[in-house]
Amino acid sequence: MTSAPSKLYADDVSLLVVTLDTNPFFWSTFPFPFADFLSQVLAFLNSILLLGQLNQVIVIATGCNSCGYVFDSTSDKNHGSTTGTMPALYSNLLHNLDQFVARDQQLASPHTPGTVPSSLLSGSLSMALCYIQRAFRSGPMPPQPRILCLQGATDGPEQYVAIMNAIFSAQHSVVPIDSCYIGSNNSAFLQQASYITGGIYYKPPQLDGLYQYLSTVFATDLHSRAFLRLPKSVGVDFRASCFCHKQTIDMGYVCSVCLSIFCEHHDKCSTCGSVFGQAQLDASAADRKRKA
Amino acid sequence: MSNAAERPVNGDAEDDDEDEGGDLEAWERTYAEDRSWEALQEDESGLLRPIDNTAIYHAQYRRRLRNLASKAATARIQKGLIRYLYIVVDLSKAASERDFRPSRMAVIGKQVEAFIREFFDQNPLSHVGLVTIKDGIAHCLTELGGSPESHIKALMGKLECSGDASLQNALELVLGYLNQIPSYGHREVLVLYSALSTCDPGDLMETIQKCKKSKIRCSVIGLAAEMFVCKHLCQETGGTYSVALDESHFKELILEHAPPPPAIAEYATANLIKMGFPQRSAEGSVAICTCHEEAKTGGGYTCPRCKVRVCELPTECRICGLTLISSPHLARSYHHLFPIVMFDEVSPSSQNDPSFSFSNTCFGCQQSLNSQGNKPGLSVICPKCKQQFCLDCDIYIHESLHNCPGCESSRHSKSVTA
Repeated sequence: MTSAPSKLYADDVSLLVVTLDTNPFFWSTFPFPFADFLSQVLAFLNSILLLGQLNQVIVIATGCNSCGYVFDSTSDKNHGSTTGTMPALYSNLLHNLDQFVARDQQLASPHTPGTVPSSLLSGSLSMALCYIQRAFRSGPMPPQPRILCLQGATDGPEQYVAIMNAIFSAQHSVVPIDSCYIGSNNSAFLQQASYITGGIYYKPPQLDGLYQYLSTVFATDLHSRAFLRLPKSVGVDFRASCFCHKQTIDMGYVCSVCLSIFCEHHDKCSTCGSVFGQAQLDASAADRKRKA
Repeated sequence: MSNAAERPVNGDAEDDDEDEGGDLEAWERTYAEDRSWEALQEDESGLLRPIDNTAIYHAQYRRRLRNLASKAATARIQKGLIRYLYIVVDLSKAASERDFRPSRMAVIGKQVEAFIREFFDQNPLSHVGLVTIKDGIAHCLTELGGSPESHIKALMGKLECSGDASLQNALELVLGYLNQIPSYGHREVLVLYSALSTCDPGDLMETIQKCKKSKIRCSVIGLAAEMFVCKHLCQETGGTYSVALDESHFKELILEHAPPPPAIAEYATANLIKMGFPQRSAEGSVAICTCHEEAKTGGGYTCPRCKVRVCELPTECRICGLTLISSPHLARSYHHLFPIVMFDEVSPSSQNDPSFSFSNTCFGCQQSLNSQGNKPGLSVICPKCKQQFCLDCDIYIHESLHNCPGCESSRHSKSVTA
């Protein structure tokens, strides 16, 4: 009799790991202020915790020079330090976030002005997956984990391999990656992440109603998703980024030995060192013939 | 009453004795290997506790990792990632032998299914074909293709055996098919051989030389006993020969062929292949695809060169001939190219050293690194980013994630590696 209720609970207990983009370069150029964004996200996190007593929320900040845990709903620190004006959840999260942003700024290295450096999404995804593995180890009935990426800055092509590794690892352990992309263009990395892991990719058209989007699209647990008509994908950008210039390309050359992607023709593979031989000429000749 | 109940049980046991040569009941046999009491130990207060195996497991895992690292250091990271593999299944009379349960054939069928799935998971751009040997004749069951389901279905429908095995016929057939593939592909044959003889129409040695000339890497897994001709074949063509002892050993041997083998430079010429990375269009959009020539709703892919619609990847564009793949197909194998460094072990004693500033939580999962009693436990440290990880994360990072969370979340160390 004792085991029955715990089984019932574990069915729809969610472990939500949120990666929060705190890239200052993005937010300073973006029309929607970070404070408004954060207040809507906090309301959303609170509603997740209210949906089920056993639900867990973890927040990882994705900075531009570092990543760090800023909130864990299971840690006991949350309950002690109420400042009176704000609930413990908020004060704790905001305190950690302040510290994180300050530390992130100290680590900043000079970059070329005019460009927005990308956020370290690969780092926060890797940390989220490590945390989820810990939840899997915790017992026979672990909560159902999922990752929600709240991302604003554009993709950093230099993180391509790392993000892909994280996506495949998430797919392997059946952890869906939901993505809510705030920025102006679609994010190819997050589209692929959600498509491969079976999560939802959504780009809210009106940021003033962000809470509404978050709570209707991303608050549902994995079991209930089967009964809902959630937004369908509007296409996935499967473009790769090349290894030589870290550009996103839709057509390129692939080394037959190691499958490295290049945007232009090389004589030697920079990754595996193989020299491209005679056969390439034949292939291009055949290609020309076919075109003609 | 109890005697009457016991007697038929004893009778059964005696019957079993004759069949199995064991003196245990069927239900007892399932527990015979299970020595569960050995996994317990007493703690200081005399309570029973499961033995803490994590340290031992971790040591084993480190050893395996070190082996891999040393191998990678000696050989360059060239791997044959585009493979064209024919699996030759011997369905001669010998495959009906029951030394494997329920029969060699059934075991082969089951393990080939697992192997094909694993193979396509690790080699997404490769192709597999199936050949069977029966009545001395080799028969091509499926042509080279990239879909695991069709191969498995074809094999499961054809699991019957009869007649003799002929290694030569099988090799000749495979030779004919593999000579047509592009030069950058790695040609491989994996023979699952049950028979102890081969009945050939001609000289097998000539065929072996032909295979060697065509640069086909032949590997054999025997299910009976070692045969000289198989060993010779593997030695000549650079493959591996092994003989399975039992089902689990067979599984182990066949799965060894799933990860890409080190590339042999002269076996396949390196080549730059022009490829397109199509975008997936929105769910619910309607377009006419070139593969079925009919209007289809739902997500399809658009060729980046000629903008034509295709249904599935990987494929070749029907209009412009461009090889179309999705970038995740390629990316699945990148962790072979950029392996992450091995983490250094931190012994609990060195943590007292004031020159190190250690946090006491794992950087990956925030778990406390202190073992019971607030003593610092074993942990590892990444030599690049100097972040500390727990042993569980260490294993997860190296076996599945292939990313160091510490290095990924600092811009500084990344610019060093890039």
